[in-house]
Amino acid sequence: MIELENVSYTYGDGELLSDVSLQLRPGSFHFLTGPSGAGKTTLLKLCYGALLATSGRMTAFGQDIARLDRDQMALLRRRIGVVHQDCRFLDHMTLAENVALPLMVSGKGENAQKEDLLELLNWVGLGTRLDALPPELSGGERQRAALARAVILSPDVVLADEPTGNVDWEMSQRLLRLLVELNKMGKTVLIATHDLSLIRAAKSQVQARVLRISQRQIQLAGADL
Amino acid sequence: MNKGTIRSMLVRDKRADRVVPPSGYTAQLTLFVSGAMAFLAVFALALSLASGRLADRWASELAGAATLRINAPAEQLSAQTEAALTVLTQTPGVASARALTAEEQVALLSPWFGPDLPLDTLPIPQLIEIIEGEPGLDTAGLRLRLGAEVPGAVLDDHSRWREPLVEAANSLRRLGWVSILLIGGATAAMITLAANASLAANAQIIEVLRLVGARDRFIASAFVRRFTYRAFFGALVGVLFGMTGVLLLPEASVEGGFLTGLGFQGVGWLLPALIPLLGAAVAFLATWTAAVRKLKELS
Repeated sequence: MIELENVSYTYGDGELLSDVSLQLRPGSFHFLTGPSGAGKTTLLKLCYGALLATSGRMTAFGQDIARLDRDQMALLRRRIGVVHQDCRFLDHMTLAENVALPLMVSGKGENAQKEDLLELLNWVGLGTRLDALPPELSGGERQRAALARAVILSPDVVLADEPTGNVDWEMSQRLLRLLVELNKMGKTVLIATHDLSLIRAAKSQVQARVLRISQRQIQLAGADL
Repeated sequence: MNKGTIRSMLVRDKRADRVVPPSGYTAQLTLFVSGAMAFLAVFALALSLASGRLADRWASELAGAATLRINAPAEQLSAQTEAALTVLTQTPGVASARALTAEEQVALLSPWFGPDLPLDTLPIPQLIEIIEGEPGLDTAGLRLRLGAEVPGAVLDDHSRWREPLVEAANSLRRLGWVSILLIGGATAAMITLAANASLAANAQIIEVLRLVGARDRFIASAFVRRFTYRAFFGALVGVLFGMTGVLLLPEASVEGGFLTGLGFQGVGWLLPALIPLLGAAVAFLATWTAAVRKLKELS
């Protein structure tokens, strides 16, 4: 589904990732861990085409990401839902409008949009906050809204960058349950986190593969987690 | 860009238009620029049309006429006038010829000497008005014959002063059109700057839209629609003010000369209605070009 083969990424004089290979199979669940600055966000950005590898080959759904033009890249991103750490909302638009943004940009019908939207916001527990503006939302609400936006187009892959970074334990468990639920619906999930307790908590709910980025390379994490 | 693309860009989509924040100084700038430029364009158009009418009128009124002046001593004036009229009636290309009456000559001189001019006491030449007909007047041949038969006759076919006047009026007309083109260019430049500023200020919004799968066309359309409609409404207001200004100008009068004839006539009144449409078209192209370039830069 998404595959990185011997990918390296250099920014300025520094190599952030070196000869990394990764395969996200359909319906799989992955954690990507490592210390801050290890390159987790960079790897995620490579997966959804926000960055292009300096060397190596990246494919998504059988397409070489480096060869996609901007229109093709837009279509690719509709198949990959991303939960950003800072959520990336448009502050002048309501929560409902922000969550519906992927539907709007992909030209989906208005009726389908309203139904999908309400159902989705109820699923993440935000059914009563439709008209709130992003600055009015709590950290947990923002993360759940970001998750709702990431999945509204029913993407094949969900990438989450530190989704529990700004929320308390209870909220992080709630978000984890939502992501596990998505995986049970057949979605491929990759969560980048430095929160090892989240990974431990997930082990009882889902069969997850845990990858660790260390010294610019990716390794399968051992039983020490 | 095909017709469908242009239509889809201009058809209002309230939800899609919401992605661009509604306020900002670029909004006021676009409205003001398009309004001010449309206001100026109305006057440039009025100037151009009035000059065109003047050039046409001068060209047509003076082209088919000539004047014969009889400079002779008082006792010979009447005889030479008669002789000249005889020559003229026999000349091919003269549709009619008539000597101006004393009252007409006084009327011609009254702007300089007043209405109570004692014409009979002054050595005023007699003027004969000649209206040309088919096959056209052979002025060189007529001058030769008049020189032989009417020694005091001087033929003036108006070409000496008609051509510079018509050329001056045509130059004014061209100046009006050049002004309109410059106004269009300046509008495009300023709207391009405003669109660039808006796109740069909203770079984060563009990034978010791209992350959720927006194509460049969707993003560009949101900005293009915003600027096109703003330019249209700004220009509409500018045209209304401009037309009010033109209506308040003094009406054409003999005393006022050319300057009082500025304005529109007949279907000319409809032409300013095109200015908002042209303003919108200029804004559309300027914003589209700016958006495409900026989106490439931001990718």
